[in-house]
Amino acid sequence: MTVTIKYFGLVAEAAEKFEEVMELHGAITASELKTQCLNGLAIADKDSVQIAVNQNLDDTITLKDGDEVALLPPFAGG
Amino acid sequence: MSRYDRQIKLTDVGPDGQAKLRNAKVLIVGVGGLGCPAAMYLAGAGVGKIGLMDHDKVDMSNLHRQVLFQETDVGRPKAVVAKERLEKQNSDVAFEVYEEPLTIENAENIIKQYDIVLDGTDNFETKYLINDACILTDKPWVFASIYKNEGQLSVFNYKNGPTYRCVFPKSTRQNISCEATGVLGVLPGILGTLQAAEVLKIILGAGEVLTGKLKLINMMQGSEQTININKRPEEIEKIRKHGIAPVYIDCDLKNKEQWYLDVREVFEQPKPKGKKVLSIPMGDLTSRYQEIPNNQEVFVFCQSGKRSKNAIEILKNEFGFHNLKNVEGGIETIIDG
Repeated sequence: MTVTIKYFGLVAEAAEKFEEVMELHGAITASELKTQCLNGLAIADKDSVQIAVNQNLDDTITLKDGDEVALLPPFAGG
Repeated sequence: MSRYDRQIKLTDVGPDGQAKLRNAKVLIVGVGGLGCPAAMYLAGAGVGKIGLMDHDKVDMSNLHRQVLFQETDVGRPKAVVAKERLEKQNSDVAFEVYEEPLTIENAENIIKQYDIVLDGTDNFETKYLINDACILTDKPWVFASIYKNEGQLSVFNYKNGPTYRCVFPKSTRQNISCEATGVLGVLPGILGTLQAAEVLKIILGAGEVLTGKLKLINMMQGSEQTININKRPEEIEKIRKHGIAPVYIDCDLKNKEQWYLDVREVFEQPKPKGKKVLSIPMGDLTSRYQEIPNNQEVFVFCQSGKRSKNAIEILKNEFGFHNLKNVEGGIETIIDG
């Protein structure tokens, strides 16, 4: 199955992209995909990054073909 | 012709709406990139009372985005300058200046005097503080934050809706400000203006308030997305039960076997965990130097490496320590993760 991953803020910066389409095999939860995507990226606090699946904040959901996953770090600037 | 004629013409406003605006009280916490444009539009619209809270002074590097300030204001308190400028824009509005930071001690007392809080802050500690104080005083707050070319916007605690802790339950030490990352002035301009729009909608009871949703804007990409957020009732209940939860941001240091001496003030963040991390602020060194091991190497750190260098000088010259090593780049260079 394929899912689209959208990166925001410092996650996008570390991944050097705003979006990617990923081919996945087997059942995987949003949270597991997050771990996979952030693995190796220079992000100090990965726990603070939230996950939305199809525009709904949720990290427990098991992904299905065509899902859009967003990785959202908190921003502090003002 | 009335000053407000052009907005009263709108059916969403009308004479009744204008009266609602005149009776409304809005507190702006942080009169910076977000707070300046927000304050100008809210004053322009005739919001009855506006609180301006900022303990910072105008800096030349603020002027590209903090549109209330001028070159001659550099060095003056932001909240005071903002009031002077906004009074010229609209003398109908009552302005209250707070030249102090929002703290656990003053937050509830100040916020309860207002109907809505507009968040113009640049750090997580104050965002969580606003959130918790708004839960306890039952006030909605309009949140915005930016990172480089991106912005986040939402209305929290509106009519029992989700709060900031429902989106980001855990605070983070990645407190990255505009000073650190850089920002084009227009981005906080856009977000601050959108915050003012949410405030006006709440006061007027018009349109769709951005509650239960997090809006993400990328100015450079020209893209926008809205994420639905759900309430985490347990997060809200915790605050209702135990009061404001201060954000102590902890972290681990790279070498757990190494002795460290933290000479920063106790409130400075993040706070390293571990048995071998001593916390003795600069002012307490002469009274507490005996707590520092003198038979093995101790790394001394502060936020940037400057104070710790001075601390080592004091400990060496006055108390004969020869086992201290300065952490040149400050705490960020020794954090694990």
